[in-house]
Amino acid sequence: MSRSHRSVIPGFGLSLGLTLTYLSLIVLLPLSAAFIRTLGMSWDDFWTAVASPRVVASYRISFLASFAAASVNCLFGLIVAWVLVRYPFPGRRIVDALVDLPFALPTAVAGIALTALYAPNGWIGALLAPYGVKIAFTEIGIFVALTFIGLPFVVRTLQPIIEELEPEFEEASASLGATRWQTLRRVIFPQLVPALLTGFAMAFARALGEYGSVVFISGNMPMRTEITPLLIITKLEQYDYAGATAIAVVMLGASFLMLLVINLLQKWSRRHHTV
Amino acid sequence: MNFSPLSRLAAATLAALALAGSAAAKSVELLNVSYDPTRELYVEFNTAFAAHWKAKTGDDVIVKQSHGGSGKQARSVIDGLRADVVTLALAGDIDAIAKNSEALPADWQTRLPHNSAPYTSTIVFLVRKGNPKGIKDWDDIVKPGVSIITPNPKTSGGARWNYLAAWEFAKRKFGSDDAAKAFVAKLFKNVPVLDSGARGATTTFVQRGIGDVFLSWENEAFLAVKEFGSDQFEIVVPSLSILAEPPVAVVDKVAKRKGTTEVAKAYLEYLYSDEGQDIAGKNFYRPIDPKFAAKYAAQFTKVELFTIDQAFGGWAKAQKEHFDDGGTFDQIYLKN
Repeated sequence: MSRSHRSVIPGFGLSLGLTLTYLSLIVLLPLSAAFIRTLGMSWDDFWTAVASPRVVASYRISFLASFAAASVNCLFGLIVAWVLVRYPFPGRRIVDALVDLPFALPTAVAGIALTALYAPNGWIGALLAPYGVKIAFTEIGIFVALTFIGLPFVVRTLQPIIEELEPEFEEASASLGATRWQTLRRVIFPQLVPALLTGFAMAFARALGEYGSVVFISGNMPMRTEITPLLIITKLEQYDYAGATAIAVVMLGASFLMLLVINLLQKWSRRHHTV
Repeated sequence: MNFSPLSRLAAATLAALALAGSAAAKSVELLNVSYDPTRELYVEFNTAFAAHWKAKTGDDVIVKQSHGGSGKQARSVIDGLRADVVTLALAGDIDAIAKNSEALPADWQTRLPHNSAPYTSTIVFLVRKGNPKGIKDWDDIVKPGVSIITPNPKTSGGARWNYLAAWEFAKRKFGSDDAAKAFVAKLFKNVPVLDSGARGATTTFVQRGIGDVFLSWENEAFLAVKEFGSDQFEIVVPSLSILAEPPVAVVDKVAKRKGTTEVAKAYLEYLYSDEGQDIAGKNFYRPIDPKFAAKYAAQFTKVELFTIDQAFGGWAKAQKEHFDDGGTFDQIYLKN
């Protein structure tokens, strides 16, 4: 290699090599194993495995509940992040630490706690039961669990961005005669959009793959509240390894597609909203 | 590296102790992979067996237990969980191990008496105190407004027995498989939660207070009444139920590799001994030995029982027709 091609920072070759090896071992190898498993299936078998009505119903509930949970987390996560960064108040450190709890808690614990709370004889469930509102063992239960586990993703993505917002922009906007609403919408919000999208994508992806907390609260009814990860496990327990990996491959494809779309959206929003 | 004389002495002492220990009495460890409701049975049985083995050979034996839905447990063994013995809910799951891993021969069921089932059980109803919905038989639970708890037949052995018992009841009453299918479809319309194993379903019924009736292993129902008091639950025995024969087997390949074949065999044979049969009866399983069956007869209500071989032509056939993908269980959900 000629001297002119050398990077200013030394060790590029070594670190790139390490990066690629590490990623291949940790990420690519297991993923390709999933693909290879399905290669043994005929196209018909694959299609029956991934497009049977019960499986399709599970995609629907998994994607809808994850989408709803990630959307709600975007709204409230934004508010939480904003409050935590902008307003000093007593106990802020504690609230800040609380946000990480869903990260740290084993998801099964979250599932058991939520189910105990929302079951018809739990604290909240008992309050709602007389009005015929059921949360545990319904679609709403799944949504509640997914909202719980997704919150930190949005808050932790937004916090550093809000910290870096320059108050000068807001002051300038105000001194130029903008109302508070205009400042929020035209000045602050556009700067947050890329981070918000990232937070959404992470919360959504996490919710799609969530298993531990959901199985406790969802009731696991075929066609109604059976999430896709549960269906994969159920297939495995019936010794249908090929069927399980086929569904896994579909989920993999969907996640990949989603990340791609979110990335494109981010690019687009950076271009259109840079101040 | 430099070892101080003291640490050398300590190491030597430890090594000597270990040698002396192994010369006097070997310590063997067995792993018994079982299904959900057998926890209490095997806790008691393991202690008894350890004492028996110590007296007979002088060796210490520690039996570890693993519990879960029967299908899930079988899959763990196929995937490499090093079980010396399996004691599962139905023969079909051990067949699956034999087929998928070749860890034991296909004719494993002939190696021990009574199709390798040292105890039997059946399916009964657990209802809330006073039986507020007036449930007496299978007809009563499919009525609108009755909420039924059962685990998922795809993953739970007990649930498969439930399903087949309901099917056979309807078939005898209405005379055809179509009617039986409609009956079972109605039954599952009343099910609000499908747990993956029997213990999870018990929790849903007992702790969460969901459901009017819980289709349960007989021993699990007795256990719930014993644990939570007869002021909360009662057992209703239907007019017809299924004779469940939970089989046991040594996993030859694993036992051979771990050198535990002898003790694993003795462990299972001990289930058929007087002590083993007595412990089974005490834990609400129906002993195979007529002597102990008589001793515990009083605690079980008399019920007409049919076997899976009579009604469904064996597990392989029942599994294929009802529980494999596209079987009747899948069909009833698609229609709902």
